[in-house]
Amino acid sequence: MDATEIGLWGVPLAILGGAIRVSTPFIFVSLGEAITERSGRINLGLEGTLVFGAMTAYAVAVMTNSPWLGLLAAAAAGLCFGLFHGWICKFPKVNDIAIGIALMLFGSGLAFFFGKPFIKPKAPNLPAIPFGAWSDIPQVQAALDVNVLFLIGAALSLVLWWAFRNTRAGLIVRVVGDSSDAARAMGLNPNTVRLLATGVGGALAGIGGAYLSLYYPGSWTERISSGQGLMAVALVIFARWNPLGCFAAALLFGGAGALGPALQSVGVTQGYYLFYAAPYILTLIIMIATSSPTRSLAGAPGELSITK
Amino acid sequence: MHEGSRKAVGVETIGMTMRFGAFTALGDVSIKVPTGSFHALLGENGAGKSTLVKCMMGFYHPTSGDILVDGREVAIASPRDASALGLGMVYQHFTLVPSLTGAENLVISREKVPGIIDWRKERGELAVFMERMPFKLPLDVKVAELAAGEKQKLEIVKQLYLGRSFLVLDEPTSVLTPGEAQEVLGLVRGMTKAGDLTVLMISHKFHEVTAFADDVSVLRKGKLTGTGRVADLDHKAMAAMMIGDQPIAALDSRAAPKPDAEIVLKVKSLKAPDRTGLKSIRIEDLGVHSGEIVGIAGISGNGQKEFLEVLAGQRPRDAGEVLVRGSTYAATRAEARALNVRLIPEEPLKNACAPKMTVAENISFRTFDIDSNGKPVSWISASAIRAFSARLVEQFKVKTASLASPIASLSGGNVQRAVLARELTGEVDLLIVSNPCFGLDFSAVAEIRARIMKARNAGAAVLLMSEDLDELLELSDRIFVMSDGALVYETSIAQASVQTIGEHMAGHH
Repeated sequence: MDATEIGLWGVPLAILGGAIRVSTPFIFVSLGEAITERSGRINLGLEGTLVFGAMTAYAVAVMTNSPWLGLLAAAAAGLCFGLFHGWICKFPKVNDIAIGIALMLFGSGLAFFFGKPFIKPKAPNLPAIPFGAWSDIPQVQAALDVNVLFLIGAALSLVLWWAFRNTRAGLIVRVVGDSSDAARAMGLNPNTVRLLATGVGGALAGIGGAYLSLYYPGSWTERISSGQGLMAVALVIFARWNPLGCFAAALLFGGAGALGPALQSVGVTQGYYLFYAAPYILTLIIMIATSSPTRSLAGAPGELSITK
Repeated sequence: MHEGSRKAVGVETIGMTMRFGAFTALGDVSIKVPTGSFHALLGENGAGKSTLVKCMMGFYHPTSGDILVDGREVAIASPRDASALGLGMVYQHFTLVPSLTGAENLVISREKVPGIIDWRKERGELAVFMERMPFKLPLDVKVAELAAGEKQKLEIVKQLYLGRSFLVLDEPTSVLTPGEAQEVLGLVRGMTKAGDLTVLMISHKFHEVTAFADDVSVLRKGKLTGTGRVADLDHKAMAAMMIGDQPIAALDSRAAPKPDAEIVLKVKSLKAPDRTGLKSIRIEDLGVHSGEIVGIAGISGNGQKEFLEVLAGQRPRDAGEVLVRGSTYAATRAEARALNVRLIPEEPLKNACAPKMTVAENISFRTFDIDSNGKPVSWISASAIRAFSARLVEQFKVKTASLASPIASLSGGNVQRAVLARELTGEVDLLIVSNPCFGLDFSAVAEIRARIMKARNAGAAVLLMSEDLDELLELSDRIFVMSDGALVYETSIAQASVQTIGEHMAGHH
């Protein structure tokens, strides 16, 4: 059987499959960034964290032959990057955006430096669950081969959505993100809360990186991320800092990213390269459509340096 | 945990002294606030009121002096100690978190919050607690969506929820409309009468002190200059204690309006989106004559701010015309200069100044790039800027350490004086003013109002938007009421009644 047998149905199916496959790193990075931004800080360095996480996960998986140890190592590396960002930003007159850009370059550079020996070897992959086993059609099977990390990400977005309303930690993060003064009046130290929030955000971005190198595309190369970490930051704004919104937006971006390959697979030979740019064009369109010069951004944390 | 039923406590300070280096902010101040009383603390900016209450709240450690709570001497080393004794403070600026709901704000400010919040249980307890409160508040709405009066009530409720029974209110009505102020203070007064609460209110509004307080203490330059029962003191006596013998600017008498005065500002069928983008403001027809002050009253959030922003060129308009002396006005710098339009927006530090630039530079914004003949210059002369601003600083009594200080380092009253100096110097045909006296003290208010009246008498057309109805009644020749984005009522000052204006402000008409 080949793609032509199910005809044009292959396109939505491939988009669905692509959405599930491509969206997972977006989900983790954007959930991490949502936590960080809800606490009133922006970490643009998540792109670097993502790449470094991908390298760490791959290297550790190659050496220990366990993808799960790789995943843990990536989370730990991401945590370190996040804590480093949070620690620098607590000093007065430090701009979190500038530090983020510096860490983005630093993380990528460091990953390339340590990652050179791991370009060739093959690491074990993270497991996937074949939800499509009931079908005989290989396209359906391929599309519904869902990685466990996607499921964890989906659950995590629900948990975070709940936790921002119903737990002390969630409320504290929101208080700190919205008003440093109010937080201090309650005896909270905004810097500590932001340090932890940035750390957790970094760890989640590291996990997103592990998914890249250990499942899809599933190998370590220097071009592994192509700006996904940065797009996830934009996605948080588009999702209005809502974890469920982050999940939906990540799916949307994943689907858009799968458009090009899907069209190619059903035999569209001209102009499909344009569709490879779909996620980027979508970012632009969404940002333009949802912004307004006369309205302020609804739901933005008050202490965020871009909205101040 | 959080019992609002704790009985009121009385607080007394004995010989409070606070020195910062060689400067004595507070010298030997003893005041007594008995249990269940409503005590007012009067004083100009910088008189030491906030130093005194910060000592009571544990933010400052006094150089010497003692604090007694319910007659027992206590040591208050930190705000935490103060709250353990039941002492709480409601700040002038809101300390609620805007994006959280009222209920979330209350629960998270508690000392002990469980890791996972059982909202059903909390809501039940809050409902029981709110039943004992004289305030009715929606607790499930985000604080950002509450009106200023509701926020102020929630601040007070929060203190009571936390079990405080002695409250310092720092100018609690400065952000409220007259109606809201009456309501909030009336309810607080009721609670002190019932013995649930003791209140120390910082204020500069005499009529509030007279209407609500039992006793008053007055500070000037860090010294207690008077204290006594409010019933025994009139406004004149309080003013004398507060400002001493320095002269208060008197309002110019109102020059009779000319019957054939030219219409300077004309607004026709103006339509613009408001800040939510969901509603719009509509000004059908508004004319302001030369030599008159037209006041616009209204509860904040009814479109006054947007209207001012349109006039100031900060907000695009959908339709309609703004004419100044018959020519269209789009608020460009060239037009403002040619037509002599001047603007004093609210919150001048934010809207009319570059906060980190110097006082001299800020004062020269209108004139720095033209020479004495009005021709553009190619080189800016720093000495001309200095000479010009030195003259204005002198003339408008702006208190500043130096002309080279950043304007953000000045007090609110002096920032407003600097802005007035800039806007009122030279020919003024149209003056647009919004809440000019917000948060300023007695002598600054008197002086600023006198300046505006002087500009009117000199022939300027003045459009004055204010949330302070007293101010409008004092200055205006005609008053409009703005409600829900439109001008709904017009009256001349002779026929104006607070009652009718208030009804239109509230939307009952």
